[in-house]
Amino acid sequence: MSPNMPAVEHALLRQRTTDLTPIRHLHCTCVSSEFLVKMAKSKAARKSGETMKITSSCETVVQGMDDEDNEELQRALADDIISASEDEGGSDDERKHCKLLEAISSLGGKKRKKLTERSEASIQVSEFTVNAEGEGDKINLSDLIGTLDKTPSALIKTKKQLKNLQHNQSTLETPLTRKETEKIQREVAFEKTSKEVSRWQSVVLQNQKAEQLVFPLNQEPSGPKRIEHVVAGWKAQTPLEQEIFSLLRMNKQPLHDPVLTPTEEASLRAMSLEEAKIRRAELQKTRVLQSYYEAKAKRGKKIKSKKYHRVQKKVMRKEYLKQFDEMVKTDPAAALEELKKMELSRMKERMSLKHQNSGKWAKSKAIMAKYDDGARKAMQKQLEVNKDLTQKLVIPADEDEEDEEESAETLPDFVNDVEPILDQVNPWMRGKLSTEPMMEESNRLDPPVWPREVGKPGEGQDEQEEDEEQMEETEEESLLRGFEERRKLRQTEDVKVAPMPMEENDDGKKAEILEISDYDEEAVEISDDDEEAGLSNFTSLFHGLVNHMEPPADQPKAGPGLRQGESPALLEEGLVRVRTLEDVELLSQDISTSDTALLTTQILGTEETDTQSATQQADKKRKKMIDPNEVLTKEAKVIEMPLAPTAVEDVEDKEEQRVIIKEAFAGDDVVSDFLKDKRKQEEAGRPKVIDLTLPGWGEWGGLGLQPSRSKRKRFRVKVAPPPPRQDQKLPNIIIAEKRDSSIAAHQVCQLPFPFEKPIQFERTIRSPVGRTWNTQNAVQKITAPKVVTQLGAIIEPIAREDLIKDNRQAVTGPSINLESDQGPQKKRRSQQKKQHKRKKN
Amino acid sequence: MFNSIPQKSDPFPGSAPVPEEKLKKFRRGVKGELPPRPQYKLRDVVIRSEAASDLAQKQNARYDLMLPEDAGFLEGDEDEDTCTISQDDIVDAVDITAGAKYFNLTLSQFGPYRLDYSKTGRHLLLGGRRGHVTCLDWQSKQLMCEMNVMETVNDVKWLHSEALFAVAQKKWLYIYDNKGIELHCIRKFNDVLRMQFLPYHFLLATASATGFLQYLDVSVGKEVVAICTKAGRLDVMAHNPHNAIIHLGHSNGTVTLWTPNQREPLVKMLCHQGGVRSVAVDKTGTYMVTSGMDKKLKVYDIRAYRPLQSYFLPAGASCLSLSQRGLLSAATGDIVQVYRDVWGIPVTKPYMAHRAKGSVWGVHFCPFEDVLGVGHGEGFTSMVVPGAGEPNFDGLDANPYRSAKQRQEWEVKALLEKIQPELIGLDPSQLSQVDHSTWEQRHEDRVQVLGFDPLAKEKFTPRLKTKGRSSSGKVEKRKKQVAHEDQRDVIRQTVEDRMKIDKERKEKEKKKAAAAGQKSALDRFRK
Repeated sequence: MSPNMPAVEHALLRQRTTDLTPIRHLHCTCVSSEFLVKMAKSKAARKSGETMKITSSCETVVQGMDDEDNEELQRALADDIISASEDEGGSDDERKHCKLLEAISSLGGKKRKKLTERSEASIQVSEFTVNAEGEGDKINLSDLIGTLDKTPSALIKTKKQLKNLQHNQSTLETPLTRKETEKIQREVAFEKTSKEVSRWQSVVLQNQKAEQLVFPLNQEPSGPKRIEHVVAGWKAQTPLEQEIFSLLRMNKQPLHDPVLTPTEEASLRAMSLEEAKIRRAELQKTRVLQSYYEAKAKRGKKIKSKKYHRVQKKVMRKEYLKQFDEMVKTDPAAALEELKKMELSRMKERMSLKHQNSGKWAKSKAIMAKYDDGARKAMQKQLEVNKDLTQKLVIPADEDEEDEEESAETLPDFVNDVEPILDQVNPWMRGKLSTEPMMEESNRLDPPVWPREVGKPGEGQDEQEEDEEQMEETEEESLLRGFEERRKLRQTEDVKVAPMPMEENDDGKKAEILEISDYDEEAVEISDDDEEAGLSNFTSLFHGLVNHMEPPADQPKAGPGLRQGESPALLEEGLVRVRTLEDVELLSQDISTSDTALLTTQILGTEETDTQSATQQADKKRKKMIDPNEVLTKEAKVIEMPLAPTAVEDVEDKEEQRVIIKEAFAGDDVVSDFLKDKRKQEEAGRPKVIDLTLPGWGEWGGLGLQPSRSKRKRFRVKVAPPPPRQDQKLPNIIIAEKRDSSIAAHQVCQLPFPFEKPIQFERTIRSPVGRTWNTQNAVQKITAPKVVTQLGAIIEPIAREDLIKDNRQAVTGPSINLESDQGPQKKRRSQQKKQHKRKKN
Repeated sequence: MFNSIPQKSDPFPGSAPVPEEKLKKFRRGVKGELPPRPQYKLRDVVIRSEAASDLAQKQNARYDLMLPEDAGFLEGDEDEDTCTISQDDIVDAVDITAGAKYFNLTLSQFGPYRLDYSKTGRHLLLGGRRGHVTCLDWQSKQLMCEMNVMETVNDVKWLHSEALFAVAQKKWLYIYDNKGIELHCIRKFNDVLRMQFLPYHFLLATASATGFLQYLDVSVGKEVVAICTKAGRLDVMAHNPHNAIIHLGHSNGTVTLWTPNQREPLVKMLCHQGGVRSVAVDKTGTYMVTSGMDKKLKVYDIRAYRPLQSYFLPAGASCLSLSQRGLLSAATGDIVQVYRDVWGIPVTKPYMAHRAKGSVWGVHFCPFEDVLGVGHGEGFTSMVVPGAGEPNFDGLDANPYRSAKQRQEWEVKALLEKIQPELIGLDPSQLSQVDHSTWEQRHEDRVQVLGFDPLAKEKFTPRLKTKGRSSSGKVEKRKKQVAHEDQRDVIRQTVEDRMKIDKERKEKEKKKAAAAGQKSALDRFRK
């Protein structure tokens, strides 16, 4: 809309509401409408007394007019008036002109009441400040009408509208009530202000987000500027520069880096005529071909004959196969790609529910299938398609080796990985996987003695190295193997009926233990469930103990020292353990008295497991043997000393050493003490079972009567077991489970606002801030204040101009330049997709 | 730009890249996933902090020590063991200043001696069993003070600077200044046998014959805590420089770990069959070396409490000390042996060995110098051990060349940055974690008040649809469509990544094959 339009409207509106404005004024403002009315010779115009009506119609007319028309009209008006008044000439002329200008300018509505200068006392000056000066010489209508001939087209439309208005003789509506008008006004006002205010929204948001706010605003950043900024921000300022640049621009001279003018560039880009022709011909040809092809396809598609399509498909397939064969010969890589595509389609098919006869259509068909042969066939076909697609690709075996290799390559690695994972469910499968260890096993079985146990230092070294390599791969296997061997050995032992002295010893111990453990029975009963869990924990310990106890020095080491409690992994430990065992043997002669409950349960457990199948054993053992429990059984390497200490006597024989150690630690039972301690700690940490049985409640009570077993069971409240101890798998360690609360006073326990989860907050405080750990520059940037104000400067609010300008720069000031990285785009997109999906559902 | 003269483009645009290893060195924690977009405020905060830590990391890596000094070790000839090289040989070979670092102090009257080097490595404190205490600037051989306390001296220790030192005497603990003036006699600390000083906490930890572990805050002179260990006489002590935890060795073969905040040991490790004779912890707090009455030397990873190596020393080691660069010195009788890299490949021979004049009573590596101080019955020996000290010192932390003024400045700063004893714990980074148990408690309370869990993931409820499309089967189906969305994404991602890696590998192989396929002129001679 042109600025005139609302102004006129506004003026008219004002007239209507006040109705006090003198006629003359009205004359000025409505001049256009008035004469238009006259032109149309309408009745309404003749009744000039009814100003109300005129104004209303006037308003509608003006509203109805186009912008251009309005302007044109006004221009014409002004011209005409001037030309008319020119005849009279002189000062009169000028004054009139001024007046008219004033009148017209008053249309703008800005200065509606301009007090005319009262130069001389005059009766003609009315009290309403209406100047009656030019009263005598009125503007004749004819003067004004003259212009109409020049612009007839503009009026035709309005004429028509006026005519319409004439017919329309509805009365004005009653004015709205005060309440309603106020409501409307409020609404309008609200809209306006909210619009105004919402303009600041972005600025406010930006300031909230800003890392740093610098006040006062619009500060020129101090210090030297970067050359790039200076160059980029340079503008022609002096008139000379401006002139030069305007000249350059006019001639389309390049101002910046490219030295070529646009025309030059265009000419460079242009092709030669021949080239263009060739290109055009090419394009034409392709287009034609495409259209032919399309038409053909359309025709083919329209054909309804099933047979035709079947044949067509067959042909296509054959062709494709042929192509593929060719491709295999010529371009194996592409063929592989094709194969992969097939694989992909297979994968897709396997993933999707397509062709599974689970869709709507299939279901409807399934209902029909009973009666309709066609439906049945269709369903079957679907299934066939599915079968076809999901069939695994068989790579022809008669291919060359090279091809085979490549085909092996085509399968991604993880496909191969899957198999061992599947096998892991079945430990036996794992055992059979590799044949090499089996071979070794047989070799090993041949001599009656386990070579490792013998501990020949010479060969042991080499073997150990070898085995360590193998151990990594086939730890589980070795476990299994060990079990099998043990079983075999046991069988042979049974046949021979030659119990080892060692075993006797063991049995004796067992008996002893059983005796002692009688009083522990109650405890065992109470916590048998817990015991089960704890058992696995302690078995490893026990193994250690058993090892300590077992081999006396005089026993032939070469004998098959395979006992029930011992696990194969321990057996395979290595030759060096022998020494430690010897050491320990001296120390722990009466170790069995301690920890009896544990031991009994353990022994019972082992006896039971003997009867169980080997697989179960293997599993259990594996679980237990995760921990290398070389508390004190870790092999110790002897270090050669170049200089023998003078104070200490020279290196003695091992016998002597042992004696000395024995003397030194007589009565010391370090290990068992430690284990006892550990057990105590564990017991303390375990929640107690609360017994709520009331003796005599619901049954006979009295001296020597115990509440029934079922009742005791019922009223025993079991507490949830605590989380596993940290030292569960570390036999030689006791880690205190008590929480250290002293540091809690210094820790954050309530998250600040935007954070919801501790991990988010922890991430933001993971790197230190101080200058001990960071460079000066980094510290300054990290610890930059949120708001910076200049001392003594007046901080003014943001002006509207700043808003209109590039507000980012102006409002927030210079931002701290931290090299930021963008988050992964992919994830964002996927998340959006997810949300979308959710909405859809 | 306005320069119409065409310029050469920068062949190395942007800032110089930072090497990856250095970046890794300064990495603090790991980045995680950004919070989802709707939580834009949180997202902004996280992004900003991430950028800040990135910047800090990069700058640290860029301005890390430049032109660092290299550290080398003694290397023998082909058939020569480095342990056979004597100190005199080394002194003959090296320059005069380095040679001056090997010297003997013959103090046969009041021996055997314990010793301590100050944190900067400039000053040496010697304490003879029979009361002789002396401190000196060992490099210039300037005597700072010398006295006889006329009492048994159990241990000596420098405090935070070379101006103060503590002496554990027969009955009480005394503190002297470097002129030998007795400043304090601390009656609360009786029968102290061993001392350790925690430099960043300003704590002097003492272990007494009565089984008490006590902490003295030397900045305010107050006893922080006295813990009864109930483990008898405590004469084996070490501290972990990484987390300021005190390790005590006991006669029952265990090593216990202590903080001033708990009355019971954090960890109790069974290390030896017999009593523990000595304990040492390396600078990074990763390894602990113990020696016991069973004549064994064991190396533990104290982060996981797992034994790494076990050695059998025919004579057993009475004193252990670890240098800044991980050399281990072990004293067996009158012989001091130095081992290299005891936690790596099993060692069979010492790196160096030296016979002292008397039985060794204390060994200590000098910080920032290739020097091992040995206190023995006949005095003190300063040994040259190439490759022992850290060649690059941090001038703001411990500057061997600082002036008196600098020392004062440093003292003020160190006091300002003093760490409170409550912060000592197994994991020093615990402070940067949210107090989980309190947080959980608070969260539970909040849930109770609100009646729902605001952090719980919104459960998907399918929209109600009409015309039989909300039958239970359909609803289940729709539920299935959204179920495990996140996992599916992850799976998809991993599969894609794998395929990508595979493809790359294959391409590389192909390229290699192609390269191999090219025949060179020399191929004709190949069979």
